[in-house]
Amino acid sequence: MSEFITLTIDGREIKAAPGTSILRAALANDIYIPHLCDHKDLTSVGICRVCLVDIEGRRPTVSCMTPVEEGMVVSTANEELEQTRRMNLELLVLNHDYDCQNCAQNNKCQLQELTRFIGLDEDRIKAMRAPELADPIDDSNPYYLRDMNRCVRCGICVRACEEIQGDECIDFVFRGIETRIGVLGDKPIIDSTCTTCGECVTRCPVGALVPRHAVEPTYEVETVCPFCGCGCGILVGARGGKVVSSTAIPDSPSSGGSLCVKGRFGLGFVNSPRRLTTPLIRKEGKLVEAGWDEALSLVAEKLGRYKGSEYATIASAKCNVEDNYVMQKFTRAVMGTNNIDHCARL
Amino acid sequence: MAGLATTLGSGAMTNTIAEIGDAACILAIGSSTTEAHPIVGYQVKKAVRQGAKLIVANPQEVPLARFAHLYLQIKPGSDVALLMGMARVIIEEGLHDQKYIEERCEDFDQFKQSLEEYTPEFVSDITGVPREKVVEAARMYAENNPASILYCMGITQHSHGTDNVMAISNLALITGNLGKASAGVNPLRGQNNVQGSCDMGSLPNVYTGYQKVTDPAAREKFEEAWGVSLSGEPGLTHTEIFGAAYRGEIKALYLVGENPVLTEANAAHSTEAMGKLEFFVVQDIFLNETAQMADVVLPAASLLEKNGTVVNTERRVQRVRKVIEPVGEAKPDWWIVSAIANEMGAEGFAYNSAEEIFNEMTSLTPSYAGINYARLEEGSIQWPCPAEDHPGTPILHTEKFNTPSGKAKLVPISYRPSEDCCDFDFPLVLTTERNLYQYHSTMTRYSEGLDELSGGEHIRINPKDAEKMGISDGDMVEVKSRRGKLQVRAKITRNSQEGVASLSFHFAECPTNLLTSAALDPVAKTPETKVCAISIEKA
Amino acid sequence: MYEKHVLICAGTGCISSGANDIRDVLAGELKNRGMEDKVRIIMSGCHGFCEKGPIFIVYPEDIFYCEVKPEDVPELVEESLVKDNIVERLLYKDPVSGETVINHDKIMFYSKQKRLALRNCGVIDPENIDEYIIRGGYIGLKKALQLAPPEVVEEVKSSGLRGRGGAGFPAGLKWQFGLNSPGDKKYIVCNADEGDPGAFMDRSILEGDPHAVLEGMMIAGKAVNADEGYIYVRSEYPLAIKRLRTAISQAEEYGMLGENIMGLGFNFKIKIKEGAGAFVCGEETALLSSIEGRRGVPRHRPPFPAVEGLWGKPTIINNVEALANVPLIMREGAAEFASVGTEGSKGTKVFALTGKVNNTGLVEVPMGISIREVVFDIGGGIRYGKKFKAAQIGGPSGGCIPEEHLDLPIDFDSLTSAGAMMGSGGLVVVDEDTCMVDMARYFLNFTRKESCGQCIPCRLGTTQMYDILEDITEGKGRIEDIELLDELATAVKKGSMCGLGQTAPNPILTTLRYFRDEYEAHVIEKRCPALVCKALLQYTIDPEKCIGCQRCIKACPVNAITGEKKEPHVIDQDICTRCAACYEVCPKKVQAVQVLSEGLPESKELAVVREEGK
Repeated sequence: MSEFITLTIDGREIKAAPGTSILRAALANDIYIPHLCDHKDLTSVGICRVCLVDIEGRRPTVSCMTPVEEGMVVSTANEELEQTRRMNLELLVLNHDYDCQNCAQNNKCQLQELTRFIGLDEDRIKAMRAPELADPIDDSNPYYLRDMNRCVRCGICVRACEEIQGDECIDFVFRGIETRIGVLGDKPIIDSTCTTCGECVTRCPVGALVPRHAVEPTYEVETVCPFCGCGCGILVGARGGKVVSSTAIPDSPSSGGSLCVKGRFGLGFVNSPRRLTTPLIRKEGKLVEAGWDEALSLVAEKLGRYKGSEYATIASAKCNVEDNYVMQKFTRAVMGTNNIDHCARL
Repeated sequence: MAGLATTLGSGAMTNTIAEIGDAACILAIGSSTTEAHPIVGYQVKKAVRQGAKLIVANPQEVPLARFAHLYLQIKPGSDVALLMGMARVIIEEGLHDQKYIEERCEDFDQFKQSLEEYTPEFVSDITGVPREKVVEAARMYAENNPASILYCMGITQHSHGTDNVMAISNLALITGNLGKASAGVNPLRGQNNVQGSCDMGSLPNVYTGYQKVTDPAAREKFEEAWGVSLSGEPGLTHTEIFGAAYRGEIKALYLVGENPVLTEANAAHSTEAMGKLEFFVVQDIFLNETAQMADVVLPAASLLEKNGTVVNTERRVQRVRKVIEPVGEAKPDWWIVSAIANEMGAEGFAYNSAEEIFNEMTSLTPSYAGINYARLEEGSIQWPCPAEDHPGTPILHTEKFNTPSGKAKLVPISYRPSEDCCDFDFPLVLTTERNLYQYHSTMTRYSEGLDELSGGEHIRINPKDAEKMGISDGDMVEVKSRRGKLQVRAKITRNSQEGVASLSFHFAECPTNLLTSAALDPVAKTPETKVCAISIEKA
Repeated sequence: MYEKHVLICAGTGCISSGANDIRDVLAGELKNRGMEDKVRIIMSGCHGFCEKGPIFIVYPEDIFYCEVKPEDVPELVEESLVKDNIVERLLYKDPVSGETVINHDKIMFYSKQKRLALRNCGVIDPENIDEYIIRGGYIGLKKALQLAPPEVVEEVKSSGLRGRGGAGFPAGLKWQFGLNSPGDKKYIVCNADEGDPGAFMDRSILEGDPHAVLEGMMIAGKAVNADEGYIYVRSEYPLAIKRLRTAISQAEEYGMLGENIMGLGFNFKIKIKEGAGAFVCGEETALLSSIEGRRGVPRHRPPFPAVEGLWGKPTIINNVEALANVPLIMREGAAEFASVGTEGSKGTKVFALTGKVNNTGLVEVPMGISIREVVFDIGGGIRYGKKFKAAQIGGPSGGCIPEEHLDLPIDFDSLTSAGAMMGSGGLVVVDEDTCMVDMARYFLNFTRKESCGQCIPCRLGTTQMYDILEDITEGKGRIEDIELLDELATAVKKGSMCGLGQTAPNPILTTLRYFRDEYEAHVIEKRCPALVCKALLQYTIDPEKCIGCQRCIKACPVNAITGEKKEPHVIDQDICTRCAACYEVCPKKVQAVQVLSEGLPESKELAVVREEGK
């Protein structure tokens, strides 16, 4: 078997590895097939039925569930496909809280993208019976909101929880039109086994799962999570001198694009009003604010008296390589002792 | 750390996190992986989904146990008995890798002899695990290759922590599980740069890259580079520093980014010790409980406010970058220390950037010699990386071990019970644990929301113990040890073993380490926070 | 030994109408008379004629008594068993001719049937394996075990047997795929999750002839090299489950199931998995998911279960009726089986015949029989001499066949081309009093609730169609609704993932195709021609007929009727809720209250315009 399979999509010959779905092969070659429930990090399930394509010699089928085959001839659009797709989309839109202005996902939303690509028959939507969208928003979690009125039931969150986090704390519940994503006993998410890793939130294609207090960053910087020893790659967003967001770096070799609750949502400590902002010096028993010059000369003068075995440094595993290097160098070269250790054993 | 250095010649995770997902068997011992190392937890669960066998050994039924094929609820401090007991079964049943042992290990015969002590009855008695489960665990571990062992503070924070680690290494060696993908012995390091801090020689006995201060050649190299003469006498360890301060031998302490009032074992003792200091400088990002005792407090920049590098648990050197300017007048730690040195008139601290420091360090550190910022821009590198054209080392010991002979040592170990034993007055064992939503004592307490998710501190007690002591769920209880006491609410849970209770140590409201023992491992000097005799009564 | 045998039907239908009481009374009566050694009581499986139950047949004379009550038993013993007389009043009376019939095969209901799948139902004691064996049971299995797997597959292939659960996929071909799929572990699954409302053929087979299903599964196991089988049966079928368990343990005792079956080196075990009643679990992939302990929802095919099924292993899923045919095919040969039926559809099909026909019940007919024969011969025609309107075939996802297609042969392909489907074999006959829009609404209400909710077209589309249909039946329909329904139905049919969604629009599509005028009457004229849709009805009182008895005034719950005693009464249309209470209390002799659906005055004009336009 050759390493690549050759097939034709919309008249273009493309190559794809065996086992690749038509959808992902097309997307990798910049051929857009509208889709909703497929996510590159997760297994495909073929439930949104939006990515229908025509394959020569077969009935129309969903491209996300059909592996490429040698010589396959695929067309991604024709009148029949588009009609089926458009009706599908109109039904979704009708059952969706379409108040985009007030949605955190506005302009990042997959449903908006589909709508732009496929188009809607507004008259037909008006002719349909609009349901009452009155599901209460689940705001029980301090870091994210769950709004079933915006949910498209694509199941990406369910699969993210199962395949990335591994805890399987959410699933489809109920049947028919009542179908929603819920936890055991259909309780608020906070009463579930959810650990707020946010793997679902970050993958939600619409505004059903959104971070609370979401602020759009003005710029983002690649760095490493400041918490445990896993060393996950994070992309930290800032705005106005404050840290406002954190997302996983998809191809981070240590974390492979995953994060836990701390790395994704727990960076708020940096913005805490209780941060130390100036040196403090104890004067008459109280710690009072001081300038760097005063603090440095005081410390230098005092430490100068304890060189040798009367002095010790306790360095920190929360400080960088460079910080630690300088601390041990200072201890050894300036203070003349090997009395340095840190919290490695705690 | 010290244990692995003895047996393998290098004390770090032998393999990478991403490999864990492809293991055929995982033994997670003394690690609440999903809580303390969530991302590693994801990999473990992925491995299980792909068909790997998971063995969890822990006194408390940690959340990961839910995914285990075999959960061994061992008595606290009985790890050596379990591990050596498993080794005995493996060898008795001929499941060991004879060829690997012959080619790559030393002292097999002595090791084999030392297993005699670990009869099934003995092991079962010490660990509290039925004999057939020990046998099942041994077979599961030996028969599913590659097998990876993950461990954490539950192994090291014991007065015999070094023995525990060597027992783990023994088990991996006799089954040939070192030096190949998805196998290995993997200590999971707790903090974002704990590996890097060790690598940098923030330790009393080594310079960067584990070059011993007692080694004249190494000392000479650093003397020449730094232009000073250096002491060849190893310094005091963390716990010893507090002891010396308590006795008045240490008079000045410069403490960076730590909160011993909460995190130090037998915290009352260390707090008292700090009170006796003549000069006490604390450098932190918050005015935490310890900083409040200082003579001078210096404001540090947080990790998101400075450039530099960190080394994660899998020896991966990664760049961290400044996202925002430091708040107020806060400065990077290296800047502050250098400024003090400069103020004291020292040479060699005129650094302008983290990169300059890094370059000086690599020039003195063979295992980092090939790493520089330009390469790190391209991607992270796992040390050892001795040259610029070296790709780094994802898996250690593929060819040989870092011991003088190049072979790994199998170490005979005899079982020693924990120091702090229960008696009539202190009938229960307290063990410490971590909470996913918290991280040591400081940063997470200032991140809104995490506290809410963590649900606060509770002492977790088995229903049977609770019944005996007349305690109901949610009761406020007084917990006493030989060293201190505190009050906390009780949570009654079957996840707690009978006779064992647990607390985290994240909360200033509940300073767990007032209770714990500072009895040290004789080699690694790690305090025994995982076993502590206590009593509990309704407050 | 025994002089007479009394066969009492012990199907679920007859048990609920008192078969067990009859058995007890009969046993007591026989004991009192010391006749226990002379008359044997057999509690059989279902006879299909549940409407006439409990059924009581006396052999060897084959006297068919129906609608027997416990108090009739002494008379039956005295007359029929002791004196060899016939108890005329308990015989079946032909609804058309009015004549009584003595022998059951002379009854039209039975005479046009061909009972292959139901061959033992109502004939043997299902809890006695010996009776099954005497009737030729396990001969087919023995034959199969002496053949190589491909030979067994070939036999079933050439029989032309197609699946009996819905889609009618050729069973032999499916088995071929299963045989070709590599793997040491394969499964046979019997789909006994009979979910169509009103369908009970699978239950009847499980209750009346459980060994036939076990034997069919084992033959399938031999054919594809599987050694384990599951029967997925609804937990609402406790009797079927009990008889299956009995059958399994008896078969194991006899060495017909388990290790080294019949000493021929074949191993097979069968487990029963009880379903929790979700309709969609009858879909094969959802069923597998449910057996695996997960949420019972369908998944995309391919891969088909024959390649990747239960726990990822090749799995053959056939339904009860198909499997019950298999032993017969092996025993009698493929050619014998193929001699019944049509070119594309071999053998027979069991239907649950219900609705407005005189004879309702379970009927097994040869493929190719016309709908007319089933409705008018077997079913005895429409009740109360009303007019036939349509036959809804194939359950809630089936379609309706109008009068002009009455001569359509019943086989897989003709039904599909007419817009209906074989389905699991529901056949509901409706007469002129049925509103087709309301019927479509009724079926959509079922499928929308049973949609698993995964895929968009089915989850949202079925409810949207239902909402529109409900509006139409409530007089809130709009002219554009008809086209919208058509488009929705087409999109849901084409876009849905599994059979449920792909077939759920059938009731709409067929009623739109054959009864569009009824939709138009509702939407344009606001009129329900069948006088069913309440919102479109008017209850009026004919002043000429009204005797002024005030019964209707008293009965009206909303005080919509006024009128002095002995004066004609009047209904206020604005208050009337169309509950029909007045209609029901108006004395039959008077019949002053009338139901009309006149439609809107302006829409009448529209209708005229439309008529002229034609």
